[in-house]
Amino acid sequence: MTTESGYTLYHPKWYRHPVSVWWWLSSWGYMKFVLRELTSVPVAIFSLLTLWQVRSLANGSEAYARFETWMSSPLAVVLNVLIFVAVLFHTQTWFLAAPKAMEVRLSGKRVPDILIIVSNYIGWGVVSAVVAWFWLGR
Amino acid sequence: MADTITVSVSRYRPEQESEPTFQDYDVPFRDDWAVLDAINHIKDNIDGSLSHRWSCRMGVCGSCGMMVNGEPTLTCAAFLSQYAPGPIRIEPLRYFPVIRDLVVDITSFMTKLKKVKPWIIRKEEKALSEGEYRQSPDELDAYKKYSMCINCLLCYSACPVIGLEPNFIGPASIALAQRYNLDSRDEGALERLSILSQDDGMWQCTFVGECSEVCPKDVDPAGAIQRYKLTGAANWFETILPWSSK
Repeated sequence: MTTESGYTLYHPKWYRHPVSVWWWLSSWGYMKFVLRELTSVPVAIFSLLTLWQVRSLANGSEAYARFETWMSSPLAVVLNVLIFVAVLFHTQTWFLAAPKAMEVRLSGKRVPDILIIVSNYIGWGVVSAVVAWFWLGR
Repeated sequence: MADTITVSVSRYRPEQESEPTFQDYDVPFRDDWAVLDAINHIKDNIDGSLSHRWSCRMGVCGSCGMMVNGEPTLTCAAFLSQYAPGPIRIEPLRYFPVIRDLVVDITSFMTKLKKVKPWIIRKEEKALSEGEYRQSPDELDAYKKYSMCINCLLCYSACPVIGLEPNFIGPASIALAQRYNLDSRDEGALERLSILSQDDGMWQCTFVGECSEVCPKDVDPAGAIQRYKLTGAANWFETILPWSSK
């Protein structure tokens, strides 16, 4: 038996496809996943901004005025708009994912996914309404 | 409507070539032909040297999974008409080592599957005289979805984590572990949890979700894994409570 091709008799000579570093560009499903993961960076930046805001508030009116001046600069406005869009995208991906992780059963029957998703949106709406009420009524 | 459609098949003959190449075949285009029928037609009438796996032709055996136009697909359940006017690109399942043409080595999956103990574990078996283990329709419903898995491995080919971390235990194995965890007759959930909490277990999953998209049986492995993570996290949380006995 010839061994020219390096083929061992009765033993498979496997071919393994290399995985490209650009694998996530190969389908929309993968890209959506990477987008979801990447949007967690703006979510983290937003958390840091909020912490900065709280810290400025604690440091007195002068510090808070400095924070407000920075936040009204064009750069900060653009940054906040970008963060807002990213956080919206991030939020809806997790609302859609919620029924995957939580299987709610009522008297033995599974609650349909759509109800879990909708209840998340309703919760979000209620919290937003409360925040808006505080903001508009101040 | 065209009489033929071109099927471009990945060929790998280890004694001849060091990496796969594509070979085009023109096959009759028929409305009632699945992609598998076209591959069988090539094997029987055009080129007998083509190697592929298949068996039942009706979405039960799970043997004929391949990449069709880059998507993990059960070739007996996908019709030629879906891909008209062609050409249709057929490759072996992604992320598995290729043995020949469209045949992949699934040894790694068999090892992983066995690891999660996909069978009913009882601390003590009932005596035969006590009769069968009864189950209500609701108890059956709790795990039935996960029991539909046919081990076709499309979910492994859809999962980029499998490509990047080949030791990851993978979607179907975890879904099957869940199938037994949720079975009212089973008592092995903690045993499986300790296996699946290890490095190669459920925490490797980054929830891409493509496994559930490609599953031909709607098993929803992504859902099974996320639910399992929740169980794992709750179990860990219980162990750190001061009054915990775990």
